[in-house]
Amino acid sequence: MATVARFEIGFTRFLDAEGEATQELPAFALDPATLIPLYRAMQLTRAFDTKAIALQRTGKIGTFASALGQEAIGVGVAGAMRKEDVLVPSYRDHAAQFVRGVTMTESLLYWGGDERGSNFSVPREDFPICVPIGTQVCHAAGVAYAFKLRKEARVAACFLGDGATSKGDFYEALNFAAVWRAPLIVVINNNQWAISVPREHQTVTPTLAQKAIAAGIEGVQVDGNDVVAVHDAARKAIDKARAGGGPSLIEAISYRLGDHTTADDATRYRDPDVVQQQWANEPIRRLRNYLARIGAWDQEKEERLLKECTEQINAAVEAYLAIPPPTTTAMFDHLYATLPAALQEQREAAQWFASHDEGGSHG
Amino acid sequence: MAELNLVEAINRALDWEMAQDPSVVVLGEDVGVNGGVFRATVGLQERFGPERVIDTPLAETAIVGTAIGMAAQGLKPVAEIQFSGFIYPAMDHIWNHAGRLRNRTRGRLSCPLVVRAPCGAGIHAPEHHSESPEALFAHLPGVRVVIPSSPSRAYGLLLAAIRDPDPVIFLEPTRLYRLFKQEVADDGEALPLDVCFTLRTGTDVTLVSWGAMLNETQAAAEALAQEGVMAEVIDVATLKPLDMTTILESVARTGRCVIVHEATRTGGFGAEIAANLAEHGLYSLLAPVQRVTAWDVVVPLSRLEHQYMPSVERIVAAVRKTLEGA
Repeated sequence: MATVARFEIGFTRFLDAEGEATQELPAFALDPATLIPLYRAMQLTRAFDTKAIALQRTGKIGTFASALGQEAIGVGVAGAMRKEDVLVPSYRDHAAQFVRGVTMTESLLYWGGDERGSNFSVPREDFPICVPIGTQVCHAAGVAYAFKLRKEARVAACFLGDGATSKGDFYEALNFAAVWRAPLIVVINNNQWAISVPREHQTVTPTLAQKAIAAGIEGVQVDGNDVVAVHDAARKAIDKARAGGGPSLIEAISYRLGDHTTADDATRYRDPDVVQQQWANEPIRRLRNYLARIGAWDQEKEERLLKECTEQINAAVEAYLAIPPPTTTAMFDHLYATLPAALQEQREAAQWFASHDEGGSHG
Repeated sequence: MAELNLVEAINRALDWEMAQDPSVVVLGEDVGVNGGVFRATVGLQERFGPERVIDTPLAETAIVGTAIGMAAQGLKPVAEIQFSGFIYPAMDHIWNHAGRLRNRTRGRLSCPLVVRAPCGAGIHAPEHHSESPEALFAHLPGVRVVIPSSPSRAYGLLLAAIRDPDPVIFLEPTRLYRLFKQEVADDGEALPLDVCFTLRTGTDVTLVSWGAMLNETQAAAEALAQEGVMAEVIDVATLKPLDMTTILESVARTGRCVIVHEATRTGGFGAEIAANLAEHGLYSLLAPVQRVTAWDVVVPLSRLEHQYMPSVERIVAAVRKTLEGA
């Protein structure tokens, strides 16, 4: 038997759990001015998650999916994107969305049950979060194809979880993007859990990055709790895609420190002691330790940052709570570019009954 | 003016719009070099290149899924699903994304996508090649469902579908692809969506149908005319959103209605039309509404397909039923 092909999957980490450099850092990471915004974005996301869960518990928003422990992935990837690139997120990717310019008010509005939360004022072409698992990878491949067709130097970046790698959509999209040599990067947030199903029940392959091999594209594995490693891999994949080198897959290994969503209770299926042990690997402490070690961070800066995050979040919450509910007719008004005549009667009926129920003039 | 059959009319419409609008792209299995298994896209790749006429890998989910991404970026993808019996893997994207993107972003993103798929029985095709799934799509908010019944309507409606800013499921009856030719002016003139077409006027009964079944429906109207029964024939053309105004106006004059469709009966689109007639046209009716449909069975293989599909005889019998006691 002759070997006709051989593959290997690389793993990269720059900062270990204690924030010690395990190898020479990439050039961008030598300047603390590059790392501090990443640190800030991770802290903001974590503080936002704490607040959002509190808002859910008090009935101010609906079900919410926290990114606790996985902040480095969204921040590291979105920080490597250009404004004109397009993010195609899943539902646990607000860390990336905030870096892109989606506001916390918009995010709260969405989770609070209002479609206006997906009408982002800034990244106008970014996709809204995707709830059906893995489908967004197909959309991202199509976005990337459009860039390529129009000869635009833009890149589509897409997130999915470890569970989504079991979906056909993921494979089909990787394959399409590979055949098209489309400027796409696909990032797996391997947080080890798909609600209650652990990573080892999704697939027996030793890595998720190797799923790229089937599509003939590059797949790499990084420590997803090391924002330097995530950012480095994302920069390389994005640069390659932008230069016409086609798609890449990045598996970022992290751990879902929180429940799947606020509707979930993870103590039903996993050992809290294991979760506790995983806290030792979380990404924020790691980068803080590194920054402190090189003299770029101290307690005073930390306190000031946390205070700023709190103020910013409180302002966002206040703005969210002040937004009046949408009008009843809004559910008709964006269904089609122009409301078909056949729907006019239903729209009027909905409006009439809504004003009737609210004790309006028709009462 | 050229004499075209329906598949040639589809081809001319695609060619016209691709030449006019650089954002139109065609993608699907075998649509490029081979020109499509029915030749609907023949010559397009030669003229517009492989980047705009894309031979995709064989995966229906990603054909529609990637087309949604393209559409959100302002392209106007026309995705071909080789047979509507193979469209189900793409349903997730049509239901969860194509029909919802505009609404869920409050108009920030939209999905100007056309999914073309051959449909229907009657050409001795293999298993899974004879389906009539229009009711599944007509149930969906945010999409349009269009089925042409002649070369000229195929040409005009496909142009309208491509130009429409929202997703359109465009089902093409395979039985009509080469059944007959018609004068079609290849002039880029679209026909209106969201309206029925009255193909024949009459005073005694309204026959409502769409797609290939208009063939039998019109033959039934002709046979009835020999007996002195004047049937009005309406081609629904756009099933969703439904133009009930034209149907109600006709039934108000005739007092009788027979709905004919090739799809199975239960939950078929005829039920929607009948329900609308009951809600808004009951007092015009002189007889109960009749439905002539396929039986509620799996589409049989070719030896029985003609017993499965509604026949001229069944349509005439249904009309006679509405005339009983008249």
